[in-house]
Amino acid sequence: MQALTNRSASVDRKPMTFIERLYLWNVIKGMMITFSHIFKKKATINYPEQTRPFSPVFRGLHVLNRDEEGKERCTACGLCAVACPAEAITMEAAEREPGEEHLYREEKYAAKYEINMLRCIFCGLCEEACPKDAIYLSETFAPSNYTRKGFIYGKEELLIPNPKSEASKLAEARGNTSN
Amino acid sequence: MSEQQLFKVTIDNITVEVAPGTTILNAARQIGGEVTPPAMCYYSKLKDSGGKCRTCLVEVSKGSEKDPRPMPKLVASCRTTVMDGMEVKNITSPRVIDARAGVVEFLLINHPLDCPICDQAGECHLQDLGYEHGKEETRYEFQRRSFHKVDLGEYIQLHMTRCILCYRCVYTADQLTDSREHGVLDRGDHAQIATMIQKNLKNDFIGNVIDVCPVGALTDKTFRFKNRVWFTKPMDAHRDCSKCCGEVQLWMRGDEVYRVTARKDEWGEVKESSKGSTGWICNDCRFDKKHASDWIIEGPTNVSRHSVISANHYQKLEQPKETVTEVMNGIEPRLFMNIHDVSEVNQQHVQLSLIDGPATGKVFNKNAD
Repeated sequence: MQALTNRSASVDRKPMTFIERLYLWNVIKGMMITFSHIFKKKATINYPEQTRPFSPVFRGLHVLNRDEEGKERCTACGLCAVACPAEAITMEAAEREPGEEHLYREEKYAAKYEINMLRCIFCGLCEEACPKDAIYLSETFAPSNYTRKGFIYGKEELLIPNPKSEASKLAEARGNTSN
Repeated sequence: MSEQQLFKVTIDNITVEVAPGTTILNAARQIGGEVTPPAMCYYSKLKDSGGKCRTCLVEVSKGSEKDPRPMPKLVASCRTTVMDGMEVKNITSPRVIDARAGVVEFLLINHPLDCPICDQAGECHLQDLGYEHGKEETRYEFQRRSFHKVDLGEYIQLHMTRCILCYRCVYTADQLTDSREHGVLDRGDHAQIATMIQKNLKNDFIGNVIDVCPVGALTDKTFRFKNRVWFTKPMDAHRDCSKCCGEVQLWMRGDEVYRVTARKDEWGEVKESSKGSTGWICNDCRFDKKHASDWIIEGPTNVSRHSVISANHYQKLEQPKETVTEVMNGIEPRLFMNIHDVSEVNQQHVQLSLIDGPATGKVFNKNAD
């Protein structure tokens, strides 16, 4: 058969000599490679104490946004839930009553909002679908847990701190996530 | 003449024969598909409707066999009757496409973009129209028309800002109920659907205004904010009703009946019932029968698979059989977590479908403790 390139070499099928069968040189060669790695930069970090920077497009744990006045943006339109390929999002809507205008931006709001982080695949389609800028994927991931119960995130876990009444908490949360 | 002569009309190069007196729109509906002009105000089941929204404008490139001159302006196809040998251009005419985009822009001038809140979203004709024929952005920079909330009683919620003044609900009240109590007040930019002095709309059959409303101006208060249309599953059902045909569509989620509407045809209009009359339904059927046991369920409605309503719905009624216990010799499967123990959504004690009006914070909080 004609060779495709002129770089191909025919395989040497001669039986190995006694020296070659000892593999001594090959073992030393391997050990040298291992030894040289002691002086190279470490690939790992001490995780809980040190963290790696996230990419700005990282899709992590969800947050439910508030506007500048601290009103919840989500109106329970259900577009995130219908966009969700893993069917992780559920919600129940309620009507805003007189006197609740400072809490909710629109006439309708999500009284219950849940994301099942066990189902979630962090694809970010909910963020893309949201017409109200209400849901965002942050730069953190879900902390590990021994039971499954802790992975059903309700509104308490998802909502960001109120920028008016809990400004310091919000700054702290922002600082922690941007590291 | 013993037999009526049929008129030959060509719409977008498709020829169809229709009876004299048929409108261009109805002739196009006989062909069906993309050739049919959209209609926001015309409703074939309501006498005198049509001619207001101008979305059904078409170009008549040949008036008739006898007088082949084209009509100088675009005509409203719901009001123009066909002539023999007429040639009509709908989607093949760039003038029509352009005019329709303009009409949609006009309709959307005062229409709020609150689709995330609106209960009509997902089955809204204006949404479809804007998606198919509209422009991407509005050029309107001025203050939009807005209204104070008007209370129309316990059944019907009016959002006047969403109204496009198609007059369908006025005709419905005129032609179906004993007395009409609402109408269009004021003129021009101030025109609005109202009852003059706040009145409850609770004539029998008044609920049909919800079905005829092409936008979310009139919505069902018993369904308000309870669920999104595309999360509920439409089922054909019927019951023995002394007032109406009793043939309805139930919008269900599990065994809960969230909403009852009349059955709609492919043009979004109320279908004819099996008795031959138009399938309007009475207030009892629409607002008060919210238990699955009130109805005889025939099966899931056929929904176009391109519609958002058909998302995640299944065609059959029977649920798949659970075989784990059988295979494991009677041992129940061990669940690591029952989602209903953890989840706060869809709790057994919050029966949203049975609440009269929209749920409020109290509904959820009262039951929580």
